[in-house]
Amino acid sequence: MGSYSTNELRSGLKVMLDGEPCSILENEFVKPGKGQAFNRVKLRNLFTGRVWERTFKSGEKLDGADVMDQDMEYLYTDGEFWFFMDPQSFEQVQADKAAVGDTAKWLKEQEAYEVTLFNGAPISITPPNFIELEITETDPGLKGDTAQGGSKPATLSTGAVVRVPLFIDQGEVIRIDTRTAEYVSRAKG
Amino acid sequence: MSWQPSASIENIKARAEMLSGIRRFFAERQVLEIETPLVCESTVTDPYIESLRLESRDYLQTSPEYAMKRLLAAGVGDCYQICKAFREDESGLRHNPEFTLLEWYRVGFTLDDLMADVADLVGLFLPANGVRKLSYQAVFEQALGFDPLTVSLEDVRAFAQKHINLEMPDGSIDDWLNALMSHVIEPTLGSDHPVFIYQYPPSQAALAKLTENTKGQSVAARFELYYQGIELANGFDELTDQFTQANRFAQDNQERSARGQQNIPIDQDFLACLPNLPDCSGVALGLDRLLMLSTESTSIKDVLAFPQKT
Repeated sequence: MGSYSTNELRSGLKVMLDGEPCSILENEFVKPGKGQAFNRVKLRNLFTGRVWERTFKSGEKLDGADVMDQDMEYLYTDGEFWFFMDPQSFEQVQADKAAVGDTAKWLKEQEAYEVTLFNGAPISITPPNFIELEITETDPGLKGDTAQGGSKPATLSTGAVVRVPLFIDQGEVIRIDTRTAEYVSRAKG
Repeated sequence: MSWQPSASIENIKARAEMLSGIRRFFAERQVLEIETPLVCESTVTDPYIESLRLESRDYLQTSPEYAMKRLLAAGVGDCYQICKAFREDESGLRHNPEFTLLEWYRVGFTLDDLMADVADLVGLFLPANGVRKLSYQAVFEQALGFDPLTVSLEDVRAFAQKHINLEMPDGSIDDWLNALMSHVIEPTLGSDHPVFIYQYPPSQAALAKLTENTKGQSVAARFELYYQGIELANGFDELTDQFTQANRFAQDNQERSARGQQNIPIDQDFLACLPNLPDCSGVALGLDRLLMLSTESTSIKDVLAFPQKT
């Protein structure tokens, strides 16, 4: 994998720190008038998602991490694992609960997800920014109430619960912003 | 589009105005503008500054200090220079490997006299009126509650690791002080007024004379100027003793060897001029940073036409 000197740490680069793969978020070079220079580095731990702040002496080296982001199709879950397939090679990988995390509530069959692989195994799953899902349960829609005012909880086919406008009915397909878990619109077509 | 300049045309014009303002300032004070070579046979020995080296084995200067002192020793009198300086691997929001320095020397000036000179000059370009002065000791005592001149290695490491997530097994007291300075203290310095930090630990003297503070502790006759958390200038009451200077160079090279860095050939012309160097104080000021502050830019790339690509 090779190693990187602190001055090569660019945003997005994947390195090993304390035995765990991390993604560089920021790297700030600081140097007092005279004397030792430092790099203040912010990294996201790719296992936990937590952001670490570390300082290194300038010129120190970090090992690169074998991390790849790959677009894969979600297939199904057996309750313990979630299965994804590379649409080109048809190769399948299984992600555990730790890797899937909160994304479980946005998993829809045949939809494409970004799977982060570390040494070939999934460590995190990122949903598309927008996803269309069917409402399986909500209070009956209020006709004519299309302007402003009010929202109600709706349960989606994946089990996620989001707030929707009062005029939306059970059985409708809606568009959700997965980053905020907010209703965007009715699905088109 | 990558061929286009990184700085706005407005900032490029602001640089030209700043340069003419500086030249007016020194002309009014009868300080002579001089030039010295950028390509040098020798360079700084400081283990924390790496010079760029040419295929000819010559170095690009990291500062014009040695050459300017040779001119001072030859009797040129008060002088200044606006030039490019180069430092390998220094790149970031406030660093570019090639940058513009303003360096000037005043014969017979004390460090206090020179700080007043510096305050007048930066006052032309910064909105702040008035400056503050704080000793290195006072700033550490106020911010962190310990005396940097007497602190032990264990204590300074413990203080630093409370604030900074840093492992530095081979770190010296100065390394830890520098970590605290750059991470904890610097960002708070000069939020309202430019602030001079003076009287550094004797181990951080570089090319400054040693003196004593009011408590009788040995300190380096050196200052740094900060404004809005940015280090702008570094000044010395210049060391004129040939033997002390030769020893400091030798120590630097020893430290370089210990750290696995190349030794630097000692600049013998510089050492030889020292007996003739008049008592003087000198300062180097980063003009790109001064321009950053006067144009309220957050990155040095906003004031450089073509910064090094990263």
